[in-house]
Amino acid sequence: MYRMRTWSVRHARRLKSLYRYLESVLLFAAPLWRRIGYARLDKPFLLLERATKGFLLDSQSCGQCIVGFTGLACPMNCPKTMRNGPCGGVRANGKCEVKPDMDCVWVLAWEGNKRLQEKEYPIQFLQPAVDNRKIGTSAWLREVRRHEV
Amino acid sequence: MKFDDEPLIPGENLPLRPGHSSPGRLERVLRAGAFAVTAEIAPPDSADPEDVYARAALFDGVVDAMNATDGSGANCHMSSVGMCSLLTRRGYAMVMQVSARDRNRIAIQGDVLGASAMGVSNILCLTGDSVGVGDHPEAKPVFDLDCMSMLSMLRGMRDQRHFLSGRVLTNPPQVFLGAAANPFGPPLDYRPLRLAKKVAAGAQFVQTQYCFDIDVFKDYMRVVRDMGLHEKVFILAGVGPLASAKSAEWIRSNVLGVHIPDSIIRRLSGAEKQKEEGVNICIDMIRELKDIAGVSGVHLMAYRQEHRVAEIVQRSDALAGRELWHPGIARDADPATS
Repeated sequence: MYRMRTWSVRHARRLKSLYRYLESVLLFAAPLWRRIGYARLDKPFLLLERATKGFLLDSQSCGQCIVGFTGLACPMNCPKTMRNGPCGGVRANGKCEVKPDMDCVWVLAWEGNKRLQEKEYPIQFLQPAVDNRKIGTSAWLREVRRHEV
Repeated sequence: MKFDDEPLIPGENLPLRPGHSSPGRLERVLRAGAFAVTAEIAPPDSADPEDVYARAALFDGVVDAMNATDGSGANCHMSSVGMCSLLTRRGYAMVMQVSARDRNRIAIQGDVLGASAMGVSNILCLTGDSVGVGDHPEAKPVFDLDCMSMLSMLRGMRDQRHFLSGRVLTNPPQVFLGAAANPFGPPLDYRPLRLAKKVAAGAQFVQTQYCFDIDVFKDYMRVVRDMGLHEKVFILAGVGPLASAKSAEWIRSNVLGVHIPDSIIRRLSGAEKQKEEGVNICIDMIRELKDIAGVSGVHLMAYRQEHRVAEIVQRSDALAGRELWHPGIARDADPATS
């Protein structure tokens, strides 16, 4: 939800630690997920993500979530789907070049990064190009499977 | 400017020196510590090569390399690959601009291999303007990559000798990698960090947005120097002549990313001949930029005033007496080889 985006960025630090807690629960239950079968779980996990991240961050479910690096601003809301920071066209008032009524995703991401108060800004981490095959799948389930191997 | 290993045929690339990425003249000039001059060449809406040559000839002897733009402003023109193909044949040093807006990773990697094979030594990686601002707003925006992932992909092709997929290249492209920088766009305090990220992704030179606001640019450069970035990347500051106060106002409110302070507009509107004053402002800017520590050159974007570029370069003394080779002069009289 668009209106929640700024709120989430303002509470980036708390939300990120909340996610870490949720992640540990998901990882703890990994044997259960494996027993049920990952293929069967992708849909329910995705629905859960859409309900939470979709509501709080306006997440677009790219399936390879990097909001931990962007101060909780979903980069897929950038009309150019930039994954590594703001373009040169940001308006003087911090609004998007393409959608003048929308806050620039990366202006919010920088705001969120400062609020994270981490040793290094996570926004500086170089993100690879999107894997288009993963769009519309669950990023959380992928994270669980990544820890398994 | 001549080097001790100039090729027999003027205009050909130079031998690749150890520690250099490309055999191109621009990298040589920058690494030699000279103040470099580049300019943007506007691609024609035409299929006639003579239109391209005529536009290039305007820059003869005054630029170290020219940028072939890639559908700038999301408007359709001759492709940057086409421009580079024609102009490298004549011996011009080219910076091929590649925008992520129109092509995916498969197309871009193929184009860069082809460009390097044609003698293009410099690639400028851009995310690109959105299709909405151009003449085909109904087009499908691609944006498969962004400028950062493009930089690191091309660096991988050059240094690790493989495609993004991991498939091995038999001969890698020998290219000097560049990016754009806009020190004037929000969030201002992030802009130096963004430059650091581009350097980490593989940028070896950057060309900036128009530096009309020298004070903001000086602040930016101060942070850039504190971070030591000016020693890792060559920074070419963007400049260009404004046609009139009216057009400056128009650019300010319609061309996103360009910041023009009131003082410039006042100076233009107070002048008797506004067009001449625009050229004077540009010359003053070049002189001022030349004195800023960490600035390695200027990049001229003289949209619709390309015919004034030679005069601007000469009057500003940007080349500091350096003589540059261009296709029109004979080899015997060639300052690069004689």
